[in-house]
Amino acid sequence: MDAKDLHHGNNEHHTGAVITDHVHYQDTEGVIRFEADHGHHDGDRNKKNFIHTYIFSTDHKMIGKQFLITGIIWAIIGGGLSNIFRMQLGFPDVPLHFIGTIFGDKWAPGGKMTPDFYNMLITMHGTILVFFVLTAGLSGTFANLLIPLQIGARDMASPVLNMLSYWFFFLAGAVMFTSFFLPSGAAGVSWVFYPPLSAIRSAAVGSETGADFWLISMALFIVSSLLGGLNYITTILNLRTKGMSMSKLPLTIWALLITAILGLLSFPVLLGAAILLIFDRSMGTSFYLDKIYISGIGAMPHEGGNPILYQHLFWFLGHPEVYIVILPAFGLVSEVLAVNSRKPIFGYRAMILSMLAIAALAFFVWAHHMFVTGLNPFVGSVFVFLTLLIAIPSAIKVFNWITTIWRANIRYTPAMMFSVGFISLFISGGLTGIFLGNSAIDIQLHDTYFIVAHFHIVMGVAAFFGMFAGVYHWFPKMYGRFMNRTIGFIHFWITFVGSYCIFWPMHYQGMAGVPRRYYSHGAFESFNKFGTLSEFITIAAIVVFLAQLLFVFNFLYSMYRGKKVTELNPWKSNTIEWTTPIHPGHGNWDGPLPEVHRGPYDYGKDGEDFIPQTVPMRPGETTHHG
Amino acid sequence: MTTYLVIAALLLIGMLVVQISKANEYINTLRGDDAELDTDRINGILWLIFTILFFVGIVWSAWYYSPLFLPESASEHGHWIDTMFNITLILTGIVFVLTQIALGYFAWKYHGKKGKLGFYYPENNKLEMIWTIVPAIALTILVVVGLYYWFRITGPASSDARVVEITGKQFNWLVRYPGPDGKLGTSNWKLIDETNSVGIDFNDKTGIDDIMPTELHFEVNKPYLLKIGARDVIHDVGLPHFRIHMDAMPGLPTHFKFTPTITTDEMKQKTNNPAFDYELCCDYLCGKGHSAMKMMVYVDTKEQYQAWLKKQPSFFDSAIKGTEAEKKAFAKVTEKVSTEKGSDHSNH
Repeated sequence: MDAKDLHHGNNEHHTGAVITDHVHYQDTEGVIRFEADHGHHDGDRNKKNFIHTYIFSTDHKMIGKQFLITGIIWAIIGGGLSNIFRMQLGFPDVPLHFIGTIFGDKWAPGGKMTPDFYNMLITMHGTILVFFVLTAGLSGTFANLLIPLQIGARDMASPVLNMLSYWFFFLAGAVMFTSFFLPSGAAGVSWVFYPPLSAIRSAAVGSETGADFWLISMALFIVSSLLGGLNYITTILNLRTKGMSMSKLPLTIWALLITAILGLLSFPVLLGAAILLIFDRSMGTSFYLDKIYISGIGAMPHEGGNPILYQHLFWFLGHPEVYIVILPAFGLVSEVLAVNSRKPIFGYRAMILSMLAIAALAFFVWAHHMFVTGLNPFVGSVFVFLTLLIAIPSAIKVFNWITTIWRANIRYTPAMMFSVGFISLFISGGLTGIFLGNSAIDIQLHDTYFIVAHFHIVMGVAAFFGMFAGVYHWFPKMYGRFMNRTIGFIHFWITFVGSYCIFWPMHYQGMAGVPRRYYSHGAFESFNKFGTLSEFITIAAIVVFLAQLLFVFNFLYSMYRGKKVTELNPWKSNTIEWTTPIHPGHGNWDGPLPEVHRGPYDYGKDGEDFIPQTVPMRPGETTHHG
Repeated sequence: MTTYLVIAALLLIGMLVVQISKANEYINTLRGDDAELDTDRINGILWLIFTILFFVGIVWSAWYYSPLFLPESASEHGHWIDTMFNITLILTGIVFVLTQIALGYFAWKYHGKKGKLGFYYPENNKLEMIWTIVPAIALTILVVVGLYYWFRITGPASSDARVVEITGKQFNWLVRYPGPDGKLGTSNWKLIDETNSVGIDFNDKTGIDDIMPTELHFEVNKPYLLKIGARDVIHDVGLPHFRIHMDAMPGLPTHFKFTPTITTDEMKQKTNNPAFDYELCCDYLCGKGHSAMKMMVYVDTKEQYQAWLKKQPSFFDSAIKGTEAEKKAFAKVTEKVSTEKGSDHSNH
């Protein structure tokens, strides 16, 4: 194999430095390691081959971009769906003829959407955003892009598994997308997919073929997530460059490592739950079903199952899942905050410990989603205790972030704006979790708009903010160009203020007991007092959605026409991804891998603005990180 | 036509934003470091303004909508939940105000300035200890108080509690009160049909006098035990004024005990709203009719309650007696499957 192949598809950065290693190369530690590019020479041989460069690429950077762009497309779809159902809640009388044009007239006779269509929208909105955007789009993008670059590896441990991870995700998306156009529509039984509604085809239109597609799509998605997670863990543990001890890893990598472990331990449980559900739906088993009589059809033959078995299995994934969504954002935000504050992240070790604590506790709090299922009150009390325990590491993180910007010298880039906004959102959304985690209060707030407000702020918008921070910050590494900052700031302020306008008022609705997943609140005297507020929320949602189109425009425009990056390290960052060429080829570093001598957060130390990780420790220099 | 105009206007605004932004970028590039510092200063000021407006907005909107928050609790345990809510609101409110102000203030105060370095401050174990221990203490209080109320709410019902059965189905509620004998008859899901909607087993004599009204009535200040179930999919008994949510599931009976404390008439006066009524809603997505799954709820004085109860015919008399269903109801004796009393999967 010609070593030059590592630079395939890229001619701008050829500096003459050539990696002389072959299939097994010796890294800077002198240890012979498995060559990351092994197994896809064919791809490299065809340098200019479009398919191998852009489609079936095994370059982690390209796969990261594939995840990102697919995630953006899904975010537009998922966000667009929310705007459609917000129209139903805010302006139910405005006819929306385009629904009929796109999905078929039966979903919206005369431009008025049906309840079945509404249920389909909320289900797909939740599924798409939680799994396709905030799981695959967020951790898929940044795990792929950053892990090899920040730990100093040429690629992932298994580039082929990595490529498969993307293509399973793509396939999952294709199945989900197709389901929109089935005669019975996509799944419409809410993203948590509780049986019996999701298990009995005749129980709802949204439980017909669309639900089969949903389950198949989720199974494919879980495969993707497992392939990715396995790879991320292996890579971080085995392919760190010389000197990159675990205690010198940037927090992004710690976050992505913990995320991958969480995913690996919890996603298989969802797969199990989904397979049992497929059996109940299609093969007459009764894992989740007992004593069911459907009006107009009669008694169902299923007996002896238990509907809350599914809920236990689902939330055993479902709760870690919210940390799978938010942990990468923790990592990205921590990194961006430190770089742009020109200060070390406060409490590096406390940040890691708190993430580990959150991850460990994440597995023991799932039943707080089930306080009103008639759960044994003693079991409930244990889950209250464990749930509120999570507030402690979360509080530590917030205080550490705030201390990080205390006496900083903040450089406001759009990435930094989104990171500071993230902290504000995480505080607001996190604190409402303390209400919901306390079972006594949850009795009243359960399944009302209060919970909708809570999780959208703390894991929806906040995770999006982490993602935006990451995209703005690492865009120069991805495309060798900058995104337009002014559009970035406009995008930030509209999104930030707009998101609060959408979700803050929902707390008020929730406190009045207004239930979520309602097609219309018109039938209830006590819920019907929020007409103006609903209109306001809808308008805010549309404005925020339109602001995202600015981001998409900025992204696409900057990819080709943005200001070019002219220096290796435009953010004056310490981490080693900025020691790669401006357009890194496959293999990342032209010469030998960089050697690491210090932690990633030496900003403002000893009178110097920043000291990159590759700079050796000076004699007598003290260190605070390991 | 309006749609196209709106789209055209939005496109124009978008193009304007983009063009201004592009021009701004060119100017900034030419100006170099100064432009960068200006950006930092302006965004710092915006953070300060945002923080102030955020609090103004919260205070104003909370004041404006406060009459609708947690409508006055019409049940005994509702006051416990409200107390718990208020304690949590105060504790989290303090943290919210302090952290948001610190964040907004620091974001403004420490914006980038020429020739300055960030303060090298990587860790301080004492601080970490403080903000581990202080939240831990606050949370301990919340857990202890919360669980005290939780066990009181979920504890066993008093022996004199009146039993009312609520069954959810797509898409309405079925309620069953015991007749004069004070006992609910057994039911069996295999006996459910178009007429016998909850499958009362009429071979059990206690079921003959059960009544199945179309509204829920409770007598004020009397303890009730709601026995909750569902026929088809998961529903949820939502009674926001009484601070009640409890899932209704097929094959898995649940229950909720409560004591209503304010009659419908009193509530009409208190809220100054003659149209006021208590409502039972479904709080778990159950299909297309989910948002219309409503039943009226009345809290009566003793006299009102007795008068109402007297008017209710037994379900057997009104729906079964003298119809085809009557033969069927008793004919099932031989082929009947074993009658299940339905074990409660909660705290027994």
